[in-house]
Amino acid sequence: MDKIKINDEFFDIMPPEYQELVEEATYGKEDRGWKDVGVAKELIEEHSLCAGCPESIAFRYVLACLPNPQDTVMVGSTGCTSLVFPHVAIHNIHSLFGNQNAVASGLKRTLALRFPDKVKDVVVLAGDGATVDIGLDMTLQSWFRQEKFTTICFDNELYANTGGQESGLMQKGFVGKMAPAGKKFDKVPLPEIARDSGCHYVAMMTVSKPNRVEKAIRNAILVAREIGPTYIQLYTPCILEIGKQMMEGLQEMRDSEGPGKRFEFKEYISDEAKVFLDEVDAERKAKKKALRAARA
Amino acid sequence: MVKYRVEVGPEAYLPPSAACAGVVLPDPGQALIAGEVVHEDVGMEEAARRFLSAKIPTIFPGPLVLWNWNEKSVKKATAIKAMYDELKAHNPEALLIPMPDYRPKYPKINPEVEINPNHPNLTIWHNKIDVCMFVGVHCHQANLSLKIIRGGTNCYTIAMCAQAGHEDAMLTFRDATPDKIWMLVEAIKDVKKTL
Ligand SMILES: Cc1ncc(C[n+]2csc(CCOP(=O)(O)OP(=O)(O)O)c2C)c(N)n1
Ligand code: SF4
Repeated sequence: MDKIKINDEFFDIMPPEYQELVEEATYGKEDRGWKDVGVAKELIEEHSLCAGCPESIAFRYVLACLPNPQDTVMVGSTGCTSLVFPHVAIHNIHSLFGNQNAVASGLKRTLALRFPDKVKDVVVLAGDGATVDIGLDMTLQSWFRQEKFTTICFDNELYANTGGQESGLMQKGFVGKMAPAGKKFDKVPLPEIARDSGCHYVAMMTVSKPNRVEKAIRNAILVAREIGPTYIQLYTPCILEIGKQMMEGLQEMRDSEGPGKRFEFKEYISDEAKVFLDEVDAERKAKKKALRAARA
Repeated sequence: MVKYRVEVGPEAYLPPSAACAGVVLPDPGQALIAGEVVHEDVGMEEAARRFLSAKIPTIFPGPLVLWNWNEKSVKKATAIKAMYDELKAHNPEALLIPMPDYRPKYPKINPEVEINPNHPNLTIWHNKIDVCMFVGVHCHQANLSLKIIRGGTNCYTIAMCAQAGHEDAMLTFRDATPDKIWMLVEAIKDVKKTL
């Protein structure tokens, strides 16, 4: 792949982070994935989330697992994640709170017109307040319209960035710092709503198992590219609001993903997407086999 | 009404945009000095004089020329480096500081190694830059940055714009091609001879 280069005359004056980015980033690396986190330059060295916030590792997994990072545009929304986007070496747009799926719809269509010969992926990444409450109209309408992009929701079950208000994805009975009466209704079943609204691939999980997150993200993006809308909901607990220490995020996720728990792994795949993903899998296996044979 | 002039600051915390104050962009072949339309050659000579009489003349190349993304950017980079070499030969204090992208970087930028359109004043203050040129900076970021510089510093700003010019700079060229950048290199050489 032709990677972006710095003009020779200016290489030596560029800040070292850009020199390293050009020389060492994982763009174009076919088997990039979560294992590049921590060694690859572009996968967020610094972030502005609270120390230990699970959103920070979830964000890294998402970035590391994009199949086509150099031709991906992410659309964010206001919230804790929007403070991370300035540190990210992937094209991204900050949209007005709640509008992310509307902005992504226009963007995806425009990219398809402007670059008909290129694969351009659009990925929305927003909090649950943006996805399920204030932006629910935009979220659903984009699914009804079969817009071809992936929506990822970092579900921390409340409005974290503004101090802990109740959100649609908050669990029943939870008392937030700014929701003292306690949630009176059930957690909105967004994965099921996504499935019934036309999403061809839906997955819900915590980010405690990076392999699983990687597979889901790749599936979602590939299906969105070829077939139609996809949705991923990741539990990224707000340790600050639920009163956990910075080392306790992982355990909180593990405690919430067992059988019958709120974040038990779920996956819904449309018949069309199933056929497509089977083909992708078969292709990948054949490639691996050929590679092994060549090495032997 | 008194005509608004785009002059060296510090003007105010939030200076008006020159366009709102009635400054119009130059036509092809023209430049703007302090918001007044002049022939491009006049602009070239003025830019050369400003650069050569500066204490710390500085070129800020932006993403459109820093990154090798098409043939034109490669040619422009060569011309810009030649201009910097001319300035440096005349004044060893001359600087070449990149604007690699437009992220509002936190917690801070290092003003010795880069400039950022959101906090250009930091780089200018830190290095005591008194004349600078923007080249290869996307228009909306250039306008934002030029206004901040005019508002908060006493730096003279020159824009080598590839589009229609920047009325928020004290001196602006338009339609910057590699050849036009080379014209400024030649103008610098010519003015040098007269000093
Ligand atoms: C149009 C608009 N309405 C309200 C806000 C205020 N606001 C900023 S962040 C935020 C909450 C974000 O919550 P969520 O989407 O769940 O993301 P989190 O911070 O929890 O990751 C709100 C309401 C805003 N910035 N813009
Ligand atoms: S407020 Fe909560 S969700 Fe936001 S960065 Fe802090 S721990 Fe993470």
